[in-house]
Amino acid sequence: MRVALFLTCVNDTLYPDTGRAVVKLLTRLGVEVDFPMAQTCCGQAHYNTGYRHQTEPLARHFSDVFGEYEAIVTPSGSCGAMVRELYPRLGERARAEGRGEGLARTLAPVVPKTYELTEFLVDVLGVTDVGAYYPHRVTYHPTCHGLRGLRLGDRPHRLLRAVEGLELVELPGAEECCGFGGTFAVKNSDVSAAMGADKVRAAESTGAQVLCAADNSCLMHIGGTMARLRTGMRPVHIAEILASTKEEPAA
Amino acid sequence: MSGTFVGMPAFPKAAHDAVRDGTLRANLRHATHTIRAKRAKAVAEVSDWAALREAGKQIKDHTLRHLDEYLVRLEQSVTAAGGTVHWAADAEEANRIVAGLIRATGETEVVKVKSMATQEIGLNEALLAEGIHAYETDLAELIVQLGKDRPSHILVPAIHRNRGEIRDIFRAEMGAWGRPAPEGLTDTPAELAEAARLHLREKFLRAKVGVSGANFMVAETGTLVVVESEGNGRMCLTLPETLISVVGIEKVVPTWRDLEVFLQTLPRSSTAERMNPYTSMWTGTTHTDGPRTFHLVLLDNGRTDTLADEVGRQALRCIRCSACLNVCPVYERAGGHAYGSVYPGPIGAILSPQLRGTQSEIDASLPYASSLCGACYEVCPVAIDIPEVLVHLRERVVEGGPVVREGNKVVLRPAKGHAAERAALRAARWAFSRPGALRAGQRLASRTRRLHPRTLPGPGRAWTGTRELPTVPAEPFRDWWQRTQGGKKEAE
Repeated sequence: MRVALFLTCVNDTLYPDTGRAVVKLLTRLGVEVDFPMAQTCCGQAHYNTGYRHQTEPLARHFSDVFGEYEAIVTPSGSCGAMVRELYPRLGERARAEGRGEGLARTLAPVVPKTYELTEFLVDVLGVTDVGAYYPHRVTYHPTCHGLRGLRLGDRPHRLLRAVEGLELVELPGAEECCGFGGTFAVKNSDVSAAMGADKVRAAESTGAQVLCAADNSCLMHIGGTMARLRTGMRPVHIAEILASTKEEPAA
Repeated sequence: MSGTFVGMPAFPKAAHDAVRDGTLRANLRHATHTIRAKRAKAVAEVSDWAALREAGKQIKDHTLRHLDEYLVRLEQSVTAAGGTVHWAADAEEANRIVAGLIRATGETEVVKVKSMATQEIGLNEALLAEGIHAYETDLAELIVQLGKDRPSHILVPAIHRNRGEIRDIFRAEMGAWGRPAPEGLTDTPAELAEAARLHLREKFLRAKVGVSGANFMVAETGTLVVVESEGNGRMCLTLPETLISVVGIEKVVPTWRDLEVFLQTLPRSSTAERMNPYTSMWTGTTHTDGPRTFHLVLLDNGRTDTLADEVGRQALRCIRCSACLNVCPVYERAGGHAYGSVYPGPIGAILSPQLRGTQSEIDASLPYASSLCGACYEVCPVAIDIPEVLVHLRERVVEGGPVVREGNKVVLRPAKGHAAERAALRAARWAFSRPGALRAGQRLASRTRRLHPRTLPGPGRAWTGTRELPTVPAEPFRDWWQRTQGGKKEAE
């Protein structure tokens, strides 16, 4: 099977390790991974900040770049939810504004074949034991758009439980937002920081060394808060845990 | 704390102080987490919750689509049952009608059932200006009124107060309003409730006029419904000679049978009760019992304008259960007052900027008072997609565009204060449309990474004030991919 990796602009620029981990993991599972070099950004930040019309060319670009692939895999719950939940809405709104079916038709093909990484592993490849090794105590934070948008459910937990050496501990108040929220983090920084601090304290209370999530933008906020509060915990993307093996262990 | 919302600062500024108030944070955390857990349990008991939620949504959408017909039918039914219907386009008109009706009775005191609509129009203040005293009889509303405070929650208006604070307010203020607090009042819930009961009983027995809102109005029968849990509402609705109800036009439902759905979803969503304790229903007047005169004031006050918006109109489905407030992580930390409206929390963030417009500082900031986590949509018993409406209203703020205000189509201009953000996102859109430009930017960031400051100046402080910045990697992923041919060269 040949899939396109939609890494997302944030991961491409700031978290290339996550991208390398996805490539390593999928290759190990027999998937041929391509990284279309023309990919940029799904437009989520534009859309959620109120710039829907600025989002449209980015969505069209996404569709041009990824339209021909069998499946599109992304290590981000929120960018995955952007394509799956909000691209159809972009088309509907354009239609409601009297601009015809064009946008809806352009975006339709990429919507059903875009998968968040853990969804792709469990639903498409049908695996939960990916042969990973990660001898650490880990707690998992389900990020909001993966949890309530894509309904990832217990897929990440099933994958993590199958990792050799990994001790998964429950995060109190796991389903509560970490306070990132894109531009919310700066527009309402006091509330965002308070939510982040509460999330970090909840994570600390588990005694875990690692807080794992399926979205690096949330981890950037949580990790930045952890570092400032000098907790000694570290944020790790789930792809890096699942890619880790005895031969090549990740930190 | 003043009794008014006029001139509220923007949400981030109001929240800034609330976040630092340790007592408030603790009160809210305790209260919201308790009711959150109870609601989840009460909802989980119902096997057809999803179907009830869908039915509630559809009944409301159908009614809103034919609102003109159902309101006329309601007027006919209420009139036929002996009531009088008045139509109020805005707060001022509604206040004028109510004050006139009370003056006509010759009374200068009224008892009130807890009502969001009368708070929305500032009825108590308007009546006071006419020399009429309105007494709130809901326990929490009483606490707010005695404390010269503002409500901070739809269902639990004094949620920001703890028992000690309430005891102090009762001791200090009850005497000025009527029967004083008993000597040696402590902060035990039973004693506080008894003090309120004694204080209020005197008012119930004396008042000749009652003022209420309503949770539902049934078009086919002309029946109004008030859902409450203290029994004070039952007193106000049955003891006075004259009853005046001020109700938003979106509260109409077509048939009696439609109540079946909402009387299941509302109590479980709001107080986590299986069945509501006091459900009062009345149809006009009867000779033998209850008020002799009944007036219904139908309130628009921005609702028709809201109805004109295809995305935003779903906010009018709201049945004021406040489940969205209780589950909201932003509300929990910012508190209700920061929302600058009688409608706080997620529903307030989409309702206030629609009912009042997005022109004021607070209303233009409310659509941003959310991390878009979606917890509110998940618990909403009428499936209002609050995040969808928030984003839609953000668009209205930054892009402007056509809206309906006071029944007229107007084109809003983009709000001020978003110029830098607009320019940044436009530049990002430009770069994201050109992979080469994106790559050049990434490389520049990577090559200069040792020079990056650890803290940012200006607006960037909003990030680095509490969080470390991520370190920029030596090369972006796409350079690694190209250099190693997707990791193949590296493996060799």
